[in-house]
Amino acid sequence: MKVALFVPCYIDQFYPGVAVATMELLEKLGCTVTFPMNQTCCGQPMANSGFASASAGCDKNFIASFRDAEYIVGPSGSCVLHIKEHLHHHEEEAAATKIRQGIYELTEFLTDVLQVKELPARFPHRVGLHNSCHGQRGLHLSSMSERVLPSYSKPEQLLQMVEGIELLKPKRVDECCGFGGTFCVFEEAVSVKMGKDRVQEHEDNAVDFITGVDMSCLMHLDGILRRKQSRTRAIHIAEILNANIR
Amino acid sequence: MKVQDHASAAAAFIADEPRTDWHDETLWWVRQKRDKAAHGLPEWEQLRSWASQIKDHTLSHLDHYLEEFEKNALANGVQVHWAEDGAAHNRIIHNIIRNHSIQRIVKSKSMLTEECHFNEYIREQGVEVVDTDLGERIVQFRNEPPSHIVLPAIHLKKQDVSETFHEHLQTEKGNNDPQYLTAAARVHLRDKFVHSELAITGVNFAVAETGAVVVCTNEGNADMGTHSARVHIACMGFEKIIPKAEHLSVFLRLLARSATGQPITTYSSIFRKPRPGQEMHIVIVDNGRSRQLGRPDFRNSLKCIRCAACFNTCPVYRRSGGHSYHTAVAGPIGSILNPNLDMKANADLPFASTLCGSCSNVCPVKIDIHEQLWKWRQVLVKEGYVAPAKKLGLQGMAWLLAHPAVYRLAGKTGRWVMRRMPFLVNNRLNPWYKQREMPTPPAQSFRDWYLKNRKS
Ligand code: SF4
Repeated sequence: MKVALFVPCYIDQFYPGVAVATMELLEKLGCTVTFPMNQTCCGQPMANSGFASASAGCDKNFIASFRDAEYIVGPSGSCVLHIKEHLHHHEEEAAATKIRQGIYELTEFLTDVLQVKELPARFPHRVGLHNSCHGQRGLHLSSMSERVLPSYSKPEQLLQMVEGIELLKPKRVDECCGFGGTFCVFEEAVSVKMGKDRVQEHEDNAVDFITGVDMSCLMHLDGILRRKQSRTRAIHIAEILNANIR
Repeated sequence: MKVQDHASAAAAFIADEPRTDWHDETLWWVRQKRDKAAHGLPEWEQLRSWASQIKDHTLSHLDHYLEEFEKNALANGVQVHWAEDGAAHNRIIHNIIRNHSIQRIVKSKSMLTEECHFNEYIREQGVEVVDTDLGERIVQFRNEPPSHIVLPAIHLKKQDVSETFHEHLQTEKGNNDPQYLTAAARVHLRDKFVHSELAITGVNFAVAETGAVVVCTNEGNADMGTHSARVHIACMGFEKIIPKAEHLSVFLRLLARSATGQPITTYSSIFRKPRPGQEMHIVIVDNGRSRQLGRPDFRNSLKCIRCAACFNTCPVYRRSGGHSYHTAVAGPIGSILNPNLDMKANADLPFASTLCGSCSNVCPVKIDIHEQLWKWRQVLVKEGYVAPAKKLGLQGMAWLLAHPAVYRLAGKTGRWVMRRMPFLVNNRLNPWYKQREMPTPPAQSFRDWYLKNRKS
């Protein structure tokens, strides 16, 4: 299966290891993965701040990068959701529509398209799962506590395939971490307080790592963990699913 | 006095961290009670769909149902008044009070009267109106607005209430026993009820086919007020209308469970006609609702039944308190209603959210709250209600991300600077760094890695 890898800008710049893990994992599972070299960003930071109208150039660049891809896979629920919901371009609507329909967040691609039943992964640690909102409530990667519907979780389903992992949930299983894009700086006080509260519940479970499908939430949580010199670290789910620690 | 924007008011609220934790946990407990009640009904999602459809239908036939309601209410012997805005609403009520030269007035909970700033107005006219909902009475004593539409005094702890009652009801200083304090309030309010001549109530639902209004309270204070009063004035926003009485079987079940997790509100009273000798008025208010109805992206915010489930679930509301929203209706729903009332004054509110989407999924009438928050942001930017510095920054960012070569150079330079001169980023001018570490910048980007490891 041919996959075009979508690497969100901040992962490209700050967390290349997450993209490497994603690429290696997809390759292990038999995909041919390419990385369109001119990609930059999905446009979400502008749009969520009210500047969707200013992101035409960015959108055009995204379309140019991915117009020929059959499957587009990205290791970020929130960026993928943004593309799915908001990628449009007045000159390129057909190509934009094709992209909106062909883009997947990593874990949903693994469970729904590749239908992965087992993984050659081993990660002998205590891991807390953070449900990132856009993946959960936007892409429906898992059921949510607000709704009265059957419960499921695609990230959890995959993590359970990892040998040696001990998966733990925080008390509030799906409360937002407070990252929220530019919210994290314009509403700094609330953002940090929300993050501190998430971190505390995971630390109460004595986890070694907090994982999730969105590196942006994890960057925020990791920033708080490191500031308080916690022994807990944040790690992207791709890095666990690709891990083979013997 | 200049009103603080949400971010600064929230920061001030959070400065008292134990109190913030208490506020957060108390409201989370209400949210959990709601979850338990909702999960107890296998047909919950079905009820939500019905409620949403009934409201959608009603909003698209509003003229018809409002006329039907008026006709039936008039036939019931009720006087119906139409108010185009808050000022008209206040004037209408004041006139009724004046015509009867009435002194003793009680009011049960009505968010509409808060929205119209009725309490301030009527005080300026030299008329005293006593709020009889316990929480509202507490904040009225303190000269504060309610901070929550269902739990008006939720920002206060029992110590605060004790101090307030000591000052206004001469209770024992330092006695924080909730039972003692409620007993004092009971005696105080009982006196107001018994002597009330005119009672103002809100309206939860107005039934078009019967002309009746439904008022839900847990304290029974609406009933106690109206039972002894010669005059009953019920105030409603025009979106309170529902077509048929049978629809109450959907809404009453959803409202109580969503608001507090109760299977039914303690008192759901249906007022259809005045009792012999009593006079009954209904004031139907627009106050910007027609304008909101005319905004395709935002019209369905008028489906709201004011259950406050979106408040209780909102991680931002729980940690910033209702007053940080500086409006009568706070929380997520307030953030999509208030820009319609005053875009400039409330331009900060749609940004007081992470867009986590919990509100939309908890909402019993399925309002797409977080999507409307996103859409309001676009409108506010277009209308020029965003700080120039923010505008410049985001436009610059948009330009950079539209030019891959510039993006790569900027990324590389940025990471280089962060590695060599971290103090340029790790300082107090950077709001990220204030309470969080920055990510450790790697020497190479993923693209660099890809070029080296996959491209060759
Ligand atoms: S928007 Fe929905 S959840 Fe919020 S108060 Fe209104 S009905 Fe309740």
